This record gives sequence, C-alpha cells and structure tokens, in this order.
Amino acid sequence: MLRIFEKIYRVGVVTEPAKAYTDPELEAIGAELKTAIDRRFSGSLGIRMVDAGSCNGCELEIHALNNAFYDLERFGVHFVASPRHADILLVTGPVSRHMQHALLTVYEAAPDPKWVVAVGTCAADGGEFGESYASCGPVGNVVPVDAVIRGCPPAPKDLLGGLLSLLAAR
Amino acid sequence: MSALAKPRIAQPTRFHQFDPVEDLLAEFDRQGIAIHYSNEPGLIPAVPIAIKPDDWGRTAELAAGKGFRWAGGWADDIGSMPSLRFLAMSCLEKDGRFVLLRAVLDADQRELPSQAPWFPGANRSERRTRDAFGLDFIGHPDARRWLRHQAWTADEFPLRKSFPRSGNPKAVTPPDKAYAFQRAQGHGVYEIPVGPVHAGIIEPGHFRFSAVGETVLNLEERLGYVHKGIEKIAEGRGPDSLARLAGRVSGDTTVGHTWAACRAMEQAAEVRVPERALTIRGILAERERIANHLGDIGAICNDVAFAFASYQFSRLRELWLRNNRSWFGHRLLMDRVVPGGVAHDLSSEAAAAMAGELIWLRKELDELRPILADNDSLQDRLVTAGVLPEATARALGCLGFVARASGIDFDLRRDAAYAPYDRIEVRPACHRDGDVAARLNVRYDEIYASLHIIAQLLRSLGKGPIRADWRTPDAGAEGLALVEGWRGEILCYIRFGSDGRISRYYPRDPSVFNWPALERLIHGNIVPDFPLCNKSVNGSYSGHDL
Repeated sequence: MLRIFEKIYRVGVVTEPAKAYTDPELEAIGAELKTAIDRRFSGSLGIRMVDAGSCNGCELEIHALNNAFYDLERFGVHFVASPRHADILLVTGPVSRHMQHALLTVYEAAPDPKWVVAVGTCAADGGEFGESYASCGPVGNVVPVDAVIRGCPPAPKDLLGGLLSLLAAR
Repeated sequence: MSALAKPRIAQPTRFHQFDPVEDLLAEFDRQGIAIHYSNEPGLIPAVPIAIKPDDWGRTAELAAGKGFRWAGGWADDIGSMPSLRFLAMSCLEKDGRFVLLRAVLDADQRELPSQAPWFPGANRSERRTRDAFGLDFIGHPDARRWLRHQAWTADEFPLRKSFPRSGNPKAVTPPDKAYAFQRAQGHGVYEIPVGPVHAGIIEPGHFRFSAVGETVLNLEERLGYVHKGIEKIAEGRGPDSLARLAGRVSGDTTVGHTWAACRAMEQAAEVRVPERALTIRGILAERERIANHLGDIGAICNDVAFAFASYQFSRLRELWLRNNRSWFGHRLLMDRVVPGGVAHDLSSEAAAAMAGELIWLRKELDELRPILADNDSLQDRLVTAGVLPEATARALGCLGFVARASGIDFDLRRDAAYAPYDRIEVRPACHRDGDVAARLNVRYDEIYASLHIIAQLLRSLGKGPIRADWRTPDAGAEGLALVEGWRGEILCYIRFGSDGRISRYYPRDPSVFNWPALERLIHGNIVPDFPLCNKSVNGSYSGHDL
C-alpha cells in the first residue's frame, strides 16, 4: 500500500492548465467555459458518445480526454452512459447503414435541447469512406449537426477546443 | 513468468528439417487430391496450391488432421466472361509455414464444401463470403447470415464486381430484428440484450446473454454494425490511396494494417523497400503495440475500479503518444507507412531521445508491476476470470496476446520472421493460465519485449533512403502479406487490376479469430465481469466488420 502512496506522491499532479496547450484565443474561451457550463447547465454537462461506424481512432482520442492531462471533468463535463442523460451527442465515423437506425434512436432518446457534434473527418464529410451501399457518409446526412470537430483523428486538444468553441458560441 | 517463451533467432525456412507444408501436400497426393502448384511470386509467404472446388472440404479435413491452423478465408470475383467466375481462397498454417488453397469456381458454379466442420474459426468467414459473393458452403453448420444486416437484400452480393458501389439503399436502413439468436429456455433463464450502442466510449456491436441469476449461461455476438464496405471502396484505388484506407481498417492498428497492405502491394509489384524504411516500420509497429498495451492494461484495471492503475497507465500512454507526435508527426502514427517505404524519417536527435524514452518507460513499468501484483483486491478479480483453455484457443485459431495467454507460443516476428525482425532477437511472451490475469501479464511482458526490439532497431538504423520508387505491377498481379500487429497476425491479400489500380483488397484482422473466443471464455462467469473479460480480449469491431 505504501508503494501506491509513494508513486502517487512522486508523480504528483500532471493535469495541465488549459493554456499550456491552447492558443491565446482558446485560452480566453477556456476561461469562459466553466462560467458557461455553470450558468447554462448548473455546472454539469453530460456527453453521450456514439460510434456510428468509425475505425475506432476517434474513440482513442476521446478516451484520452479523461486522462489526467486533459481531465475533462474539471470543467464539469462528463461522459454519460445513456442518451437520456445527455446534453451533447458526440458522434464519430461515417454513419454505417447498419448503424443508421441505432443513431436515429439515440438521437430521439436524448432530451431537448440537445446538440450534436460530429467528431472526426469521417463524421464531418465522410472521410476515406464516403457514401456507399454500406455507408450513409457524414453524420449530417442522418441527424442534424450543430458543430464539427475535424481531424483524423482530432487530437484531445482539438476536441477540447471544439467543445469550448461550441459552448462559447451558444 | 514466461516459462514457455524460448527466445531464439528466427531461422530462414529452408533450414526447417521437417516441412509441414510438404508433408500436407504429400498427404493430398496419397488421398488422390489433384493439386497444381501455382507460381505467383507475390504470394510467397505461403505456398499457393490450386485444387478443385469439390476437394475444398476434404483438404481442410486432412489439414486439420495434421494440426494446421485455419488462418483466413475469402473469395474474389475474377470475371464474367463467358460466365461468372469466382476464386475461393483459404490460408492454413503450421509451424510458421503457410499454404494458400485456391479453387476456381467456373461456369456458374456457386457451391463448394465447407471447411467449417473441421475448423470452427472458418464459421463466420464462410458466412461472410456467402453474404458478400453469393457462394454457398455445403455442409456449413450455421445457415444464418453474418455480414449482412438490412442494408442490402439476400439476393444482392456487394463484393461481386457487377454490384454498384452505391448499392440500392433505402432512405433509412431498418434495424436487423429478424436475426435468430440461440434461445436458452428453462426455469429462471433470462436474456440480456446489450448494444449496438454501448455505455462507454467504445465501438458498436450486439451481445445477447442468456443468464441464470448472475451466471452467464451463453453469450452470442452479433457484429457487422460498423461494416463500411472497405473491400468495395478499395476497388479502383491507387497504391497510396489504398494505404490510407488500410490505415483506417482499425484505427488502433493503423501501422499494422498499413504495413500489411503495403507489403502485399510491394510483393505484387516487386518493389524492394530500403533497409532504413524497414527498420523504421519495425519501430512504428512496436510503438503502436506498446501504446495499445499501455491503454489496455489501464482499461482492464479501470474495469475493476482500480483507479490508481487506470490513471497511471493512461498517463504513460499519453506521454508515449505525445512522443509519437513530436518524432513522427502523428499521435497514432497514421499514414506514416506508405507504399515503398515510410513517409516520415527519424532524425538522429529523435532517435537519441527515443533511446532515453525506452529507459524511462522501463523504469516506470518496473515500479508499477509489483503494485499491481501485490494488490489482492485487483488480483482477486483478474485471476481465474474468463479462462480460455488452450484447446479452445487452438480450435478457434486465436491469435496474438489472446493465444499467448493460453499457452500458444506463436509469433510471426519469430516463427515466420520478416524484415526487420529477421535480423534481431524477438522474445514472445507466453503464459498458460488463459485468464484475464494472463492476458494482462502477456501484455506487460510484450511491452518489455517491444522495448528490447526498439532498442535493437535503433542501434541497427543505417543511413539511406526511406522510400523506393513505385513500379506499376502487371494486371492480375497478386500479393499476400502476414504482419504481426499488436493484436496478432494480420493477413492481407491484394490483387491488382489494370493501370496499377486495386481490384481486390482483403485485410483479415486477428479479431476475426479472437471474437469467438469471448463467447467461450465468458461461460460460467458472472454478467458483471463481462466488461472485464471483453476488455481483456479487446477485439476490434471495425477490423472485424470492415
């Protein structure tokens, strides 16, 4: 047990202030984020992540938002297990036709008001996969999209920046 | 520790005293099965053998009797003149030697005997071929569809060349409600449907549990939700474009699949990759392996609420990915492997820094390992959870850390070594217990082994070009590549059409053989341990569904 405490003590806090990896503009948005979430969402913003057909690259980077460096929860943002608890749907991938109905069901299950964020190049414009017998293409072809975060995959700081911009703009 | 792992330098295959492939072909001869050696240089990792479609099942039976492993099966539409023709293929392995069975179905022939009765691992692949090409496997134990949900009809076959890329989709593809799951009935038996949308940040798929109380009686997987038509949209691409697509077969295996696709294309086009590029490819692949294993170890611990380890390993993974970004320009190393070589050189400063990074990570891992090993509440959840017996793993053809945790000491990097692994020492990890703890420990040992590999590759990194000129292959040129990805053996088949464009691309992710293992190892475990067992296998949905 002592070894655990020793390791925790020696590693210390690695969480980075938002300004360490953002440009000045983003830093300003970052300062407003907590205020925005506090005001609009009583300090708590629920995100439901839906993989609608991605290669899983985007999921890896969304996962990274929870590591100690980015620590998304400090802004009052947390990932929820049900669309019924969600304020925002993060949708990745081109929407595969086999997932089309499931995505529509999730969209309907999320309470209004809700925002849909298309994450990654595939979700934004279909990416390498485009439209085909198996793929509906971008998320916007299936559900209304409020914001887009591009990248293949978007790095955690891009995801953070995209979320901040969405909230600051509303 | 890994009592079974015997480090040895890979020997070129010509030094094998006993060649299992020759032995198998001699057996075919004794049994009166007509075989033709075909002579495609691009298929060289395997011995290509043409047989008659009628012998498809019989050859599998004989190969199973000789202890071969079924390493993949697929088909190709090879033309419509004068009538539709198909080429069925399946790959078999024993002791690191591969044979590629090929049968041409001519003159509107649509049937061949199934290999699944002798190789359970062939079950889903054959159903997939049936859904995509309309070939029937006679004697197949399962008549249900696999790849097809409701995006196309039972009389449409998307991988036939006559099928349009756009298909004939409905405005909204209906959910696949009619799939007949196995039913368990009896007093107190109930079903739990899970997915396709899961509770966490993970890919979609459906799991149907039959349970009694908390105990899992049966689990049935239903995959195919992220089928994106990768094989179809590969058709007509040039080499660079195909490499980019291969990098998105499974995002966590972007290096592995791109390397496999590039090797297959290079074999078909007879392009020689420069030494320096080969070494850098090896470094990229090992960095991918380490990044994924770090993530998985943390995630396994997270699934039993050991938050300390979850945060420590996600910290190590993040630092590792940041180094990827600064040395190679991409956190997940996408599009770094390209046809003919690599897209990004490794500077001497970066190589020096990487040598220091290896020492740093080893020290961190040395500190963390006893904390995990001595934590009773962690070990209590991991040891004896989700046991996969060696016999089951062999029957299913399991690969990578799933197989190596169940005592199957197979690793392409040593047993069928390719450059750059043929010139260095590779120490595959191996454990016997087959439980979640073993799958975690194999990953831990594999990180150490990969650190050792990267150190050797850094030392052997010579000067020179990093990319060879591309040479357009002849129409019909084929390539087969086998690469040890972080999940295990990746198989990739490519056939070029005219103008150097791709006519057929089939990537076989190791998940194809590891997903069925999850259905078996969950038996008798409790439902709440499913996420843990699932994470310990960590199959790729996207790599499976294509």
